[in-house]
Parts: sequence; structure tokens; C-alpha cells
Amino acid sequence: MDTELSFNDEIANVMYATHGNPIKDCLQCGTCSGTCPAVEFMDHTPRVIIGLIRAGYKDEVLASNTFWSCASCYHCSVRCPAGIDIADMMYALKRYSMWKGQHQEGLIGPVFSESFVKMIVNSGRSFEPLLAPTYIFKNGPQGLVQEAQTATGLMLKGRMPLLPKKIKGLKKFQNMVRRIIPIGEPS
Amino acid sequence: MKQYAYYPGCSLESLATSYNLSTLEVAQKLGVDLKEIKDWNCCGATAYFPVDELLAHTLVARNLALAEKDGLSDFVAPCSACYKNAYFTNSYLKKDADLAEHINYALEADGLHVNGTMKIRHLIEVFIEDVGLDEIEKKITHPLKGLRVAPYYGCQLLRPRKDHENVENPQFFENLLSALGAESLDYPSKTRCCGGSLIVTNRKAALDMVQILLQDAVNRKADVIATTCPMCNVNLEVYQNQVNREFGTQYSIPVMYFTQLMGVALGIKPGKLGIGKELVSGEPVLAFAY
Repeated sequence: MDTELSFNDEIANVMYATHGNPIKDCLQCGTCSGTCPAVEFMDHTPRVIIGLIRAGYKDEVLASNTFWSCASCYHCSVRCPAGIDIADMMYALKRYSMWKGQHQEGLIGPVFSESFVKMIVNSGRSFEPLLAPTYIFKNGPQGLVQEAQTATGLMLKGRMPLLPKKIKGLKKFQNMVRRIIPIGEPS
Repeated sequence: MKQYAYYPGCSLESLATSYNLSTLEVAQKLGVDLKEIKDWNCCGATAYFPVDELLAHTLVARNLALAEKDGLSDFVAPCSACYKNAYFTNSYLKKDADLAEHINYALEADGLHVNGTMKIRHLIEVFIEDVGLDEIEKKITHPLKGLRVAPYYGCQLLRPRKDHENVENPQFFENLLSALGAESLDYPSKTRCCGGSLIVTNRKAALDMVQILLQDAVNRKADVIATTCPMCNVNLEVYQNQVNREFGTQYSIPVMYFTQLMGVALGIKPGKLGIGKELVSGEPVLAFAY
């Protein structure tokens, strides 16, 4: 029988390690929204997002900035009386929206994540200056000046290395990555 | 002597070098043998999970596999984000045979295999549980008398684990600070989030979150905010100036790693603890010990 998955089930399917998480058990109590320290920066509160997912409002959910405003502090997750790991669900929504290429325009989050993964695949290590272009131009000229000043301060204090580090076993590391996501053939 | 697999994480080689320096100094002083994991890779912080869940777990698992290969039983991370990632990947490996098989298929290409048998520890747990407060207290030469400290736990040291003694109002950090002779404050936002990586992806939101933490510490007349995580430290310290510009405030409150405070109380020279590398000077704190 050919059945189309509900949006609810699609989201549950991208929560592999937590076996789908019991989103369907949500009692709409709002503990998550009352707990969230970033809630005032979200288009919809976490409680509303779960309600929209349950009701199948896929476009509204994907168009919102809610999950990209989640800082992964997991306060909602430990307080949820229904045992839903809401922060993990926010990650699932990020993944889903990136796979579908459908997310609010102008957000830094998706670009930042993608650049971060590319950087790790190329070197095995994180190196802040390589990530800077994904966000420093987004907060206007004043923001750019502030970031530049902060970076200079850090460099003078010996807290900003000038050269990125690479792990030694990079080739084998990349072979490992290749077994999970396509990153092109070894050069 | 017991040896621990030490996973410093990327921040400790750049923005948080003083955390690494003070960790190694204090560990040596307390007889904790930290053996750095060879050729470790970035654990992904909060940035892999939005792209691919299996990749995120596999990258964490590679570090676990390297540590297991060394035959050690405890994996120690000073960064709360690294700790949280290692803790959960490790626990999923034990619980979920299917996930473990996928991860090991990928690790095979790197000549590695993971079992998920390690005990994942945050550095602060090792000092408190394995060394013990009594033992630490005995070694204090420069008690931080009268120093008012806001103990900032942050998020991922505690959450999303639910098996802590008290996830909402933990006390272990306060107890450690008291052992150092400091005055540990009742800091209401001690487990409230600092914004984490929102500082780059949603600057306005993060600065707002940091401002609340700073104001709360000022309200309690704290001399210093003590942290257990490089992300928290950077947001509270490096971005203090940007908070001031955004909100027209004049915060100038030192932020230090708990290991730096331990080091000072243990009589280690400030320079060896990376004190002096701050953008908001930590100098005022030293006056209490010397």
C-alpha cells in the first residue's frame, strides 16, 4: 500500500539516534516556551512549532526562524513532562530544512553549519578565522568594525592562531567521512 | 597512578589557551595524569548536527575509538560542548547496535573500531569526584578569601543528562569554590544559557542572553564569574565589550575558568595559568590571594 508520510513522521525519521522522539506525546503545556532563553527571537515559540508539526503545516514550520534560533541549551529537553527532547527535534528540523533547501532567507545558521562541516572535512580541526566570512558581514559596517576589533584584541593576547591545524591522519579520516557523505574523490 | 584520556578540543588551542594551560598545571599539582589523545579531531560542537546526524556521531566516535585504543577507561573533556557530544555518542553506542554498526563501518576506513566502553567525564567531575574536595583543600596555599564568585555552570555540563543529582539547582561548583576559600554566590542564572554559537549565527539574541548573565552577576556584587566551558567564557568575556556597546552598559567583570581560580589558590604563578590573556583583565582577582 502506498502511504504518504505525515510531516510529523518525516521529522521523527530524521531523529535517528533518539528513535524518533515522542513528538506525538506533546501535551501543549508550554513549559518549553516558558523555559527557552531565546524565545523572544523566534517567529513561533517551541510549543507552537510542535503544534504546527502535528497539524502538518510544513511550509509555515520551514519558513520560521525558530529552530535556527535554538542555542542547544537543552533546558526545554530536561523539563518537558512528556519526555520530548525538544532541542534534538530542533536539530532534526535544521537537517530537514537543509536537505530540502527550504529555509528562511538571510539566516546565518545554515551557511555557518555548512562551512563548519567543510572545514572539518578538509582539516579535521576547527579554525575560527576560516568561519568568519559566514557572519562578519551580516551585522552592518558597525558590526564588522566591532568584530575586527575583537579579533585584533584576541590576536594580540595570543588567543587567535594564524595558521589552521590539520590532523596527521587526514587521508584516512576523509575516507571515513566518504563512507557517510559524498565529499568527492581523493585528489 | 590512574591515567586519563585527555581530549582538549579545538577551543583550547586558540581562544581558550588559558583553559588548557591552567588545566594542565592544576592536574599536575593534584596528581591527575592527563594523556592527550593522539591525533584527535574536532567533535563538531553544535555545528555538525544540522547537516548529518550519522556523520556527527561518527566524528565524535573517532575520538572515543582513539582513546579506547590507548586502553584507558576515562575520557576527559574540559569543554562542556565536547563533553556533551562525547557523553551522548558513547551512550548511544552502547544502547543502539544498529547505530554502532553504521559508525563502525565508517571508522573501519580509518582503521578504527569503537565499543562505547569509556566513562565520559567533564574535567570538573574528575577534580571533585576523583581527587576530592578534602584533598584539594589540603593543598591550598593561597585561599581566595573574600572573593565573591558567581558559579556559572552553563548548559551542556548538566544537560541534557537527566541523571544528575540536581539538574536545576546543582551545588558541586559552589562546593568546589568554597574549598578554595572563596565566597560562592547564590547566582540565579547559573544554569541559564549564554547563547553558545548564536553569538555568530544570531548575534543580537546572544548579546541579549549574555547581558542578562552579566547583570545578574553585577546584582550579586560578584568579583568574578567562574566558568567550566570555553564557549561560555568567550561569550561572557570576549563579547562583554560588544554587550556594552549594544546596551549602553559599562560591565567590566572578570571571567575566569574554574581551573584558573584553582591554580591561583594552589599557589601556581598567574602567568602559568594564562592569566593576562583576557580582554577584561583578571588582575583584580589576584589581589584576594596575594
